[in-house]
Amino acid sequence: MENKYTARTFALEIATILLAILFLVPFYYVIVNSLKSFAEILLNASALPTEIKWSNYTVAAERIQYGKVFLNSLIITALSNVVIVVFCSMAAYKLVRSTSKLSNIIFIMFVAAMVIPFQSIMIPLIRVTSNLGLLNSIYGIVIMYLGFGSGLAIFLYHGFIKSIPKELEEAAIIDGCSPFGVFWRIVFPLLKPITVTIVILNSLWIWNDFLLPLLVLQDVSLRTIPLATFYFFGEYTKQWDLALAALVLGIVPLLIFFFLMQKHIIKGITSGSIK
Amino acid sequence: MKNKKKLKEALLYLAFVGPVLAVFTVIVLIPFVLGMYYSFTNWNGVTGEIVWVGLDNFKYIFTGDPQILNSFLFTTKFTVFAVILTNLIGLTLAVILTQALKSTNILRTIFFLPNLIGGLLLGFIWQFIFVRGFESIGKLTGLSLFQLPWLGDANTAFWGIVIVSVWQGSGYIMIIYIAALQNVPHELIEAAKVDGANRWQIFKSITLPLITPAVTICLFLTIAWSFKIFDVNVSLTGGGPFKSTESLSLNIYTEAFVNNRYGIGAAKAFLFFIIVATVTTAQVIFTKKREVQA
Repeated sequence: MENKYTARTFALEIATILLAILFLVPFYYVIVNSLKSFAEILLNASALPTEIKWSNYTVAAERIQYGKVFLNSLIITALSNVVIVVFCSMAAYKLVRSTSKLSNIIFIMFVAAMVIPFQSIMIPLIRVTSNLGLLNSIYGIVIMYLGFGSGLAIFLYHGFIKSIPKELEEAAIIDGCSPFGVFWRIVFPLLKPITVTIVILNSLWIWNDFLLPLLVLQDVSLRTIPLATFYFFGEYTKQWDLALAALVLGIVPLLIFFFLMQKHIIKGITSGSIK
Repeated sequence: MKNKKKLKEALLYLAFVGPVLAVFTVIVLIPFVLGMYYSFTNWNGVTGEIVWVGLDNFKYIFTGDPQILNSFLFTTKFTVFAVILTNLIGLTLAVILTQALKSTNILRTIFFLPNLIGGLLLGFIWQFIFVRGFESIGKLTGLSLFQLPWLGDANTAFWGIVIVSVWQGSGYIMIIYIAALQNVPHELIEAAKVDGANRWQIFKSITLPLITPAVTICLFLTIAWSFKIFDVNVSLTGGGPFKSTESLSLNIYTEAFVNNRYGIGAAKAFLFFIIVATVTTAQVIFTKKREVQA
């Protein structure tokens, strides 16, 4: 809003930088102490390590089976994104283009369901999904993420598709393109900006989700990063040297994702919140 | 001929909308309806036997449950403080970071960073800060604030959870407010300046009314997050000390999956839905009325 850089702006800048440093303090404590021995953490948690102990990381990675849980989190997040994008974009497209009463009712149902808190349906959900054999399976949890993610995804796609002119599609139909061809070759590529938004919002949510995996993935070999961290803390209560290394290992993938996608993430959050 | 075309059209509709509608029905709609049904039964989640008990569960919740009122009061009080502080800090940061500072980009990134960490990990991180970090800062500075038993006392544990959620949420809210602030037309502010309005007058009479749509969204998001708080609750305090920080979500979870009283859990979950839906809808209607066009 201001164009000139005055003494007042300078003072404001210094104050904000100090606040930002305060915001970063928790990161400092976690990283610094993850490299200390347990005795040294107890002695003084604020100081830098006298000797860097990388072994905290190798031990923690082994105990939480980092390779495996990382892969589980990655597969679940990636597959969920694929099914959400594929099925919700298709559904939203048809709901926009076929302006029947039915379409309207279906759309409103998806949107209205967004106010249902997960905690309100988790109890019967477990019974229903257990009867269908969806518990303890990666595919099962992916299907559940499709169900819970469909409201927002269809809502965002719906709004975006409404602004796309129909003429291109009509031209393609005249040229003999099939209905699926029209969607996948003409419409879907145009949806890229909103698809990126949806993928980003879903990735942050699914990667960090704790309650659904806790309820659905009982099998040790299927644990995700938040789940493995939870059980690790249960077993190694207050063994902070290993615990902090495990926490850093849990955070790093998202930090990397963020720095690669920074621009898109900020844009995604902005466009995802404008209704 | 016409019928054939209609059939083809219907099949096409089914192919596009059907898959996600089927999944949505099984994962969201059926459990939602079943949940209402279970709330009138004594189902224990283990045996197949489900007996209709009418309003007994609700009677128990309102009269016989010693903890639910505490959880409700904790959740409400937490939501009030978390929502106000997160929005105030988020908006302040947004106002500062839309000015001509040199370090705007890096500062925005820093304030956003806590959002990348999931609630569960966040709670564990802060458990360490409150227990070991604060102790060591207390030793260094001698400030009594840092020497309190932060997570061991009901009052400070409450503020602990508020601090953690504000630390996490304000960066996200800031992003939304920044986008809104950037859309406020420059000419309006310039004109007000020429008319001799001061900064506060400009903010109050021009900027704030124009960013009300963002206020609607940010309030909605923060109210919904705060009311549903679970992950941070589990990992930071576990609901303690003495269940003083047990959120409604955690209470429902414990009732169903720890105490195996699914019927009562489902009744609580049903009430929880009504509360969340009412509060968020009322808020959106209330703030939407205050939105103006530039």
